[in-house]
Amino acid sequence: MVSLNSYIVLSMIVFTIGVFGFLTRRNIIIMFISVELMLNAVNISLVAFSFYLQDLRGHILVFFIISVAAAEAAIGLAILIAFFRNKPTVNIDEINIMKW
Amino acid sequence: MEFQFPNLGPITPELIMTGIALFILMADLFIKKKEALAFLGIIGTVIVVYYTLVTTAGTTFGGMFVSDGYSTFFKLLFLINLILTILISVKYITVEKMNLGEYYAFILFSTLGMMIMASARDLILIYLGLELMAMSTYILAAFIRNDIKSTEAAMKYFMLGAFSSAFLLYGIAMIYGTTGTTELKSIATYISKNGLIGNKTLILSIIFFVVSFGFKIAAVPFHMWAPDVYEGAPTSITAFMSVGPKAAGFSIIGRVFYEAFGSFHVEWSNILLPLSILTMVIGNVIAISQTNIKRMLAYSSIAHAGYALLGVITGTPEGIASTMNYLMIYAFMNIGAFSIVIMLRKEGFSGVNIEDYKGLAKNHPLTSAMMLIFMFSLTGIPPTAGFIGKFYVFMEAINAGYIIPVIIAVIMSVISAYFYLRIVMYMYMQDPEQEITLTTSPAMGLALIITTAGTLIIGVLPSFLVDFAKRSIVGIF
Repeated sequence: MVSLNSYIVLSMIVFTIGVFGFLTRRNIIIMFISVELMLNAVNISLVAFSFYLQDLRGHILVFFIISVAAAEAAIGLAILIAFFRNKPTVNIDEINIMKW
Repeated sequence: MEFQFPNLGPITPELIMTGIALFILMADLFIKKKEALAFLGIIGTVIVVYYTLVTTAGTTFGGMFVSDGYSTFFKLLFLINLILTILISVKYITVEKMNLGEYYAFILFSTLGMMIMASARDLILIYLGLELMAMSTYILAAFIRNDIKSTEAAMKYFMLGAFSSAFLLYGIAMIYGTTGTTELKSIATYISKNGLIGNKTLILSIIFFVVSFGFKIAAVPFHMWAPDVYEGAPTSITAFMSVGPKAAGFSIIGRVFYEAFGSFHVEWSNILLPLSILTMVIGNVIAISQTNIKRMLAYSSIAHAGYALLGVITGTPEGIASTMNYLMIYAFMNIGAFSIVIMLRKEGFSGVNIEDYKGLAKNHPLTSAMMLIFMFSLTGIPPTAGFIGKFYVFMEAINAGYIIPVIIAVIMSVISAYFYLRIVMYMYMQDPEQEITLTTSPAMGLALIITTAGTLIIGVLPSFLVDFAKRSIVGIF
């Protein structure tokens, strides 16, 4: 049986990869995928906790997170398409009309 | 196991709000005149205000959802914000050529999210309310979809908002793993029963919460999205989100940190205090160099979040009451200032440059007088409401022993006078460079009357609001 610690360490590693990807990559789609990675890292730890605590709350929250993440993806991509029509780029460094 | 139908009494305002928002979404298909939808929205909101006031206190859905004085106060704030936003939008969205019915539905949904946040007593519900509020606001920020600035603002807001909610979730997961529950009251009992005060995992989750809520209230160093989003978004939405989501963020900070982490007061106040000071300093100092009034008001709203945080940091019931008081006052004066900005907007003329205000008093004395009141109030000059708000927050902070932060806050208010009063100076002491015509409507006039009256009446007779804030938290914190 896999110990709880392994799951938590895995979740931390995935979350950190997500944060790192969000902060260093310049492509909006990749940044967006990094956020999804962070959310799924949370899901891993929630399900692990839920299993080891023998409690259903964690599972319920995971279902909510998955469905909210789907809605978030729809809205995010819609905004990206609306932006892309005005300025065809996905590079975050070129989204710079407003600064300071 | 028998299924028990939950008691719907405490959740009535939210249910009615959902119904009205969905009804507007449907009615939009048949109604050609979108002003009718605005009217429908206002009528609906008034009904929700009534139900918010008469709803009996109590919990439902197994303690997840609570209706109490604290939530009622914040709900009234959100509903006032909603009514004022609808009033200032009616004319503006035709000028911006975004006269779509969904606009009203989304502000209602966003307010619904805030109301759920104010009533949530469970981390799951907090997350859901926060996402409902945030996602509706992302869409509203991008509402002028042919405008590159508006879509860029929404893009930035969306990316950082999604990033920050991931932090909130990780914090929730850590708390769930440590305490085995997501209910705020049970977390507090678990902590005190098992002697977890000072537990490192819980401190980590508090830090994650501060990051996430800091994004929502635009506290430095999590403020980077605010100026860009406030500048790019439609001005009515800027007014809406500089008050609503910020107040909702504060309601959650109060709920989570007071109710669940009351025993961690030393830890979280030590994290929030530097944040509050940085927020006041950076917000006010950078606002000085701004030439765009929406951007200037964005930095000013960052600075105001810093003042309001001072009340929360004290950890006393009076402290949170003073913050609630401050947020209510801030709603009136800030929406007032933004409605003047909206009035200057007309087709082919943005009116967001500070230079545009030169000599406004010559041709439009009444508008200028109102702007003067709002600017004085934002600075904190008596007899306006802004003074009362600051006075109570600073007094509670001093009572709790935070003297140095209050001294910094007062110095920062003096600095803020520079950029607020510069607008007054431009209006009254300079000659007009161009002919400015105002875009007015009866709805806008009503909004201006409400905000001006609110700013002045609370400034002269503050006791009813202060008492209301204090009464609403009795027995909760």
